[in-house]
Amino acid sequence: MIPEIGNFALIVALLLALIQGVLPIFGAARGNAVLMSLARPVAAGQFVFISIAIGCLVYSFLNNDFSVLYVAEHSNSQLPMHYRVAALWGGHEGSLLLWAFILTIWTIAVATFSKHLPQEMVARVIGVMGLISVGFLLFMLLTSNPFDRLLPAAMDGRDLNPQLQDPGLVIHPPMLYMGYVGFSVAFSFALSALLGGQMDATWARWSRPWTTVAWVFLTLGIALGSGWAYYALGWGGWWFWDPVENASFMPWLVGTALIHSLAVTEKRGAFKSWTVLLAIAAFSLSLLGTFLVRSGVLTSVHAFATDPRRGIFILIFLVVVIGSSLLLFAWRAPKIGLGGKFNIVSRETMLLSNNVMLSVAAASVFLGTLYPLFMDALGMGKLSVGPPYFNAVFVPLMTPLVMMMGLGPIARWKQASLPDMWVRVRWALASSMTIAVLLPLVMGKWTPMIALGILLAFWVFTTTLLDLRKRLSNREGSLGQRLKSQSRSYYGMQFAHFGIGIFIIGVTMVKGYETERDVRMDVNDTVQAGGYEFRFDGVRQQSGPNYMASQGRVTVTKNGELVTQLYPEKRNYNASGMPMTEAAIASGFLRDLYVSLGEPIPDSNGAWAVRIYIKPFVDWIWVGCVFMALGGMLAISDRRYRIHAKKSNKAGISSEPVHEGGGVKESKLAAEGKI
Amino acid sequence: MKPRQKKFVFILVALAALGAAVGLVLYALKDNVSLYFTPTQVYNKEAPQGHNFRIGGLVEAGSVKREKDGLTVRFLVTDTSRSMPVIYKGILPDLFKEGKGVVAQGKLEADNVFHAEEVLAKHDENYMPPEAKDALDKAAKAQSAVATALPVAASAVALPAVLITK
Repeated sequence: MIPEIGNFALIVALLLALIQGVLPIFGAARGNAVLMSLARPVAAGQFVFISIAIGCLVYSFLNNDFSVLYVAEHSNSQLPMHYRVAALWGGHEGSLLLWAFILTIWTIAVATFSKHLPQEMVARVIGVMGLISVGFLLFMLLTSNPFDRLLPAAMDGRDLNPQLQDPGLVIHPPMLYMGYVGFSVAFSFALSALLGGQMDATWARWSRPWTTVAWVFLTLGIALGSGWAYYALGWGGWWFWDPVENASFMPWLVGTALIHSLAVTEKRGAFKSWTVLLAIAAFSLSLLGTFLVRSGVLTSVHAFATDPRRGIFILIFLVVVIGSSLLLFAWRAPKIGLGGKFNIVSRETMLLSNNVMLSVAAASVFLGTLYPLFMDALGMGKLSVGPPYFNAVFVPLMTPLVMMMGLGPIARWKQASLPDMWVRVRWALASSMTIAVLLPLVMGKWTPMIALGILLAFWVFTTTLLDLRKRLSNREGSLGQRLKSQSRSYYGMQFAHFGIGIFIIGVTMVKGYETERDVRMDVNDTVQAGGYEFRFDGVRQQSGPNYMASQGRVTVTKNGELVTQLYPEKRNYNASGMPMTEAAIASGFLRDLYVSLGEPIPDSNGAWAVRIYIKPFVDWIWVGCVFMALGGMLAISDRRYRIHAKKSNKAGISSEPVHEGGGVKESKLAAEGKI
Repeated sequence: MKPRQKKFVFILVALAALGAAVGLVLYALKDNVSLYFTPTQVYNKEAPQGHNFRIGGLVEAGSVKREKDGLTVRFLVTDTSRSMPVIYKGILPDLFKEGKGVVAQGKLEADNVFHAEEVLAKHDENYMPPEAKDALDKAAKAQSAVATALPVAASAVALPAVLITK
C-alpha cells in the first residue's frame, strides 16, 4: 500500500510540475499576474508530494519491504538502519528521486528568498525549474520507477553494494546533487533573463549567491567523494580520473568559471552573453554528469544496470534541454550586447583568461571522458584514455591559471598598469621562487614538477598575504578594525584562493614524496618505509553486523618508539558474498600512514600481502577544498546581499540586523571594486 | 591602441591560445590512449608488441597461480575462444576471481605473456566490465559463424596453459 501511495504522489508531483512549468511562464509572457502568482504555491505543492514519495520509499527500506524491487536490490534485513536510509540513493531509481527532491528544495528556497525580485522574473525562474522537474519525473515514471513491485516478494534483499556501505556514502551523493541541482538555479535565472530580454546586470547579481551556494556544495561533494575513494577503495589514491569523477569535475570547472564571470557581469556589465552561456553549460554538464554516472554508460563503481530505453530517454532529454536553451540563447543573445569596454591589461582580461582556461580544461576533460564512448558508438573500436592524458593536459593549463590568480585580485578594473603590478608582486615572485628551489632540496628530492608545485602554492600564499597587507595599510585604527574594513566577499575570495594553494601543496607533496610498498608479510615481519617501521602482528577473525572480517594488526614504530597500531580489515559481506578492503589510516598534519590488507598468501603460516603507504601532506588536499568551500560561504554571507534584500523588501521580514549607513558602506564597497 | 587594433590583438591571442590548447590535447591524447583487444585478437597478432593496451575477458577457472614471493600472480584471461597468459605483480582488486570478468592494462612482451601494470575488476558479482563482455560476445559470434566444427575453446585453452606451467 505504502509504495502505491509513493507512486501516486510522484504522478501528482508530475502534474504539479507541468502546471509549474507552463502557466507561470505563459503568465509572465502575457503579463497575467494571476498565472504568475501560481508559481510559488504550485512549487510548494510539488515539494510536498515529492517529500511524500521519498517518505514512502524510506518507509519501505526501513521495514524491509522486499516486494519493492528497488528495496530488494539495494537492501537486506541485516543492513544496519542508517545504511537502509542511505540505500535510498544507492541505486539508479532512488538517485533520480533524490535528484527530483533536491530540485524541489532549491525551488522552495528560490521561492522563499526571492520576495524582492520582480514577479515576472520569479515566475520564469520557478517555471523553468518546473520544466526540469517534469523531465526528471517523466524519466522516473516511464523508465526507472523506484516503486516497481517484485512479485512474488524476495525472501531477503540483495544488500547494498559493500563499497557503498560507508559513512562517506551517506553524505557524498546528497552533497554532490545539491551542487549539480544548484546550478539549475543559475540556469533558470539565465533562461528567464533570456526569455524576458532584460539582460542588465541585475540578473547576475541575483543569481550570484545561488551559484556560489551550489558551487560550495559541489566542491564539498567532490572532496567527500575523493576522500571516500582514498580510504574506502584501499588503493590510497585520491583521484583516478575515473569517468565518474570527471563527470562531477566538469560542472565544477565551468561553475568556477561562472562564478568569476558573474562577478564581471555584475560589477562591470561585461561578458553578458558569455555568462549566460556558462550558466547553460554548467547545468548541462551537471545533467550529463548525473546521467553518465547513473545510466551505466560508463564503467565505474557508480554505474548500475543498463536499459536501452533509459539511454534513449536520457539522450532526448539532454538534447531538449541543451538544444532549447542554446536556441533561446542564439535567438536572444544578439540583443544582449557585449557590455562594458576594458583595456587589454585589466582585471576583466585576467578574469576572461581565467574563464577561457577553465573552459578549455573542462573541454579537455570532456574529450578525454567521452572520446572512448564516441569511438565505441561509431564502431571504431574500444579504447580508454588514462590518467596520463589528464595529467599531461592539466599541468600546462593550470600553471598559467594559478599564476594569474595571484595577479587578478590586485589588477584594477578597466585598466591596470603592468609596471605598477610588477612592483607589487616582485617580492612575492622572488620569495616563492626561492622557496621552490630550496624546499625540495631540504625535503631530499628535487624534481621540476615538485619545484613547480611549490612555486605555484607559495605564489598564491604570498600574493594573497601581500594584497591583504596592502589593503589594510590604507586603513586606520587597530588591527581588528582594519581587518573589519574589508568586505566578507573579499575575504571569501582570498580564502578560496588560499585553499587552492593548500590543495596544490597537498597534491605536490603526495605525488613527489609518497612511499608505496606492496609486500608479503609473515607474522612478526617488519618493513621499513619513510623512517617508520611496520610490524605485522597477524590476523584474527571478527564479525560485523552483516559481514565477517579478517582484521590485521600492524604496529608502527619510529626509532623504537610506538607511533600507533593500525587495524586494516578484509571484509566479506554475507548477503552479496562480496569482499571489501577496509584500509587503516593514521592521519597526521604532515603525513598519513596507510595500511591495507591484500589477500592471504596460500601455503603459508598466516602471511598476507600487505600495502604500506606513507602519504605526506595528503590531508592538505581536502583541507584545501574545505578552505575553498569556506571562502564561498564567506562570500555569500557578505552584507551587500542582505542589504539588497532588505532595501527592496520594505515589509522588513528579514531577520538580519541592519547596519547603520549600510547603503553608504555598500556603495563604497562597490566603488572599491570588490568581487 | 585603436579599438579595431585592440579587437584584432584579442582575436589573435585567443586564436593562439586555442591552437595551443588543441595541440596540447591532441599531443596528450596521442600518447595516452590505450586500445583494447580481445584475447583472440592478440592471438591473431593484431595487437602491438611492446605498446600499452588493454585486454578483457574472464579469468579462466583454475588458472590463477601465485609465485613464492606472494605478490606475483599468473593467470589466463579468456574469451572462451582463446586465452592469454597474464603476469601481474602487486595486490589484486577485491573482486578479482576465477571465472569472473577482468580487464588488464599492460604490454605484450617478447615472451608472449601480457605483463599487466593494472588489473581492474570493479563492480559487484553480477557485473561484467563492458570490455570483457565484448570479448565474450565477439568470440561467441566467431564460433557460431564457424559453426559446429571443432571443440575450439577446449583446445585453445589447453595450449597457453602449457606455456604457463613451463
